[in-house]
Amino acid sequence: MSAVGFAPISARRRRVDKLARGGVALLTALALVPLVLILYYLVRQGIGAISIRFFTSDPTGSFLGDPGGIKSAIVGTLLMVGLATVVAVPVGVGVAIWLVEFGRGSKLAHAVRYFIDVMTGVPSIVFGLFVYITLVLGGVGGSSFAGWKGSVALGLLMLPIVTRSAEVVLLLVPDALREASYALGAPRWKTVFRIVLPTALPGIVTGVLLAIARAAGETAPLLFTAAVVNATAFNYNDRMNSLPALIFQNVGQAQDRLVTIAWGAALTLVAMILMLTLLARLIQRRSRLS
Amino acid sequence: MSDPAPNALRRDVTPPEPIQPHEPPVAPARPVPHAGQAAPPERLARAVTVERLNAWYGEQHSIKDLTLSFAPNKATALIGPSGSGKSTVVRCINRMHEEIPGARAGGRVLLDDDDVYGPGVDVVAVRRAIGMVFQKPNPFPTMSIFDNVAAGLRLTSRKVGRDQVERALRGAGLWEEVKDRLPKPGIGLSGGQQQRLCIARALAVEPDVLLMDEPASALDPISTLKIEELVEELKARVTIVIVTHNMQQAARVADDTAFLLDGELVEVGPTEKIFTNPDDSRTEEYVTGKFG
Repeated sequence: MSAVGFAPISARRRRVDKLARGGVALLTALALVPLVLILYYLVRQGIGAISIRFFTSDPTGSFLGDPGGIKSAIVGTLLMVGLATVVAVPVGVGVAIWLVEFGRGSKLAHAVRYFIDVMTGVPSIVFGLFVYITLVLGGVGGSSFAGWKGSVALGLLMLPIVTRSAEVVLLLVPDALREASYALGAPRWKTVFRIVLPTALPGIVTGVLLAIARAAGETAPLLFTAAVVNATAFNYNDRMNSLPALIFQNVGQAQDRLVTIAWGAALTLVAMILMLTLLARLIQRRSRLS
Repeated sequence: MSDPAPNALRRDVTPPEPIQPHEPPVAPARPVPHAGQAAPPERLARAVTVERLNAWYGEQHSIKDLTLSFAPNKATALIGPSGSGKSTVVRCINRMHEEIPGARAGGRVLLDDDDVYGPGVDVVAVRRAIGMVFQKPNPFPTMSIFDNVAAGLRLTSRKVGRDQVERALRGAGLWEEVKDRLPKPGIGLSGGQQQRLCIARALAVEPDVLLMDEPASALDPISTLKIEELVEELKARVTIVIVTHNMQQAARVADDTAFLLDGELVEVGPTEKIFTNPDDSRTEEYVTGKFG
């Protein structure tokens, strides 16, 4: 071919490119609007409620005098979500390991995966109802409403989230690594624990955080499993307060003081989850360097 | 089939004395007359003999009645077109083939006199004795250079000394390049270095045989050259089976060459003969580039 120069980019292509870029930017901005608004209102409405006493005293439940703080709700949320995490994460990751490393392709694995998908779609109030009917009405453990029953409901809710996300990241671990491990004479379980899990760890942590955040924000499963109370409880067999339940209760009150407390509690909840996420990322980064 | 005589690969029999220094095989299965370029091996490795090996992937019969032997302290190349079963043969030798769902193998693979497929044989012991290097470098991404080399020992519950890691890295010709950054991640190395890291990882468990499944096909020419030089050096310590689709590479590194076609052995012999004066017309057509 003779020396013909390259044709310049056509005006049409330039226009289409500009349009596409503009469109994507616009959509991004649109998606950010509610997020920013939520954070803005949360801080604006909630910051007024924050004080040292807010975190160190229980709600009083009195309609006239001092409404108190949210200590019992913070403690209750930490205890119940903590217990649910401790139980649901090992089980969920274990199921994921089985699905990916051992049961891959088997009929049972397909069935398990299907039920987990169904469980993911179950509304959270159904878990609460299930625990209410089986554990609360039955008075299991000698109590009606109890913190650990709330944990059961939250754990059931977390289980499919943890399993599904862990399964996805385990599937992402290249088979070449498993083969390399087998070729070195490593047994299967060691390959899973020493090679596959560490490789998938960042992804698993992300999934776990997602599940924790979801559970910490759930009201429905707690309303009729752990109930809503004022006093701080450390005994899992007692009724426990929780941040979402407290928000739910206070925001419906006809008193601005109580609504402000609900906003303050919401801000606290968001801040707690944010701190947890940051902490996890920090630990992850440190462990990767070593 | 096989007698219940002592078999070093059996799980229930603890070999009382160390396997090395190994007695030279009394009668090599097939004496390989090779022009005496060879310095005496610093460690006598073991021979591998494949007898009437058959392998399947599901219904697909991919290795058919293959009988072939690999002389100790020599490099044997497996050549053949894609799908001829070269990789499958290698994967049958250390029983990696069976890790693929639906895959199975039958026949005998002997490490000197021990049947790799014998009853009661521990796969772990087989794979310790027969190391493997894969086509694509696959260092463990979560581990440092040091830990990668140590992985084989640690994964099989053995203690790791710094000198063992150093020896393995020296064996793989990587020590000088990485000695100052052993705690750095293994995936930070270049592709060729990663592959030599994988070779070091395989060497650290002190195998008798090293299987190399197209070890240089994902590497640049200079890295390939280093791997090829390494093969030459490693023969002093291990028996090497190298799969390659690069005929020049086979000609450069292998003492013997076996030509496979459709899962069957067409011809095996000293590399020079295979490339210059093969007995079978199909071999000649393949090595002269008429097909494949």
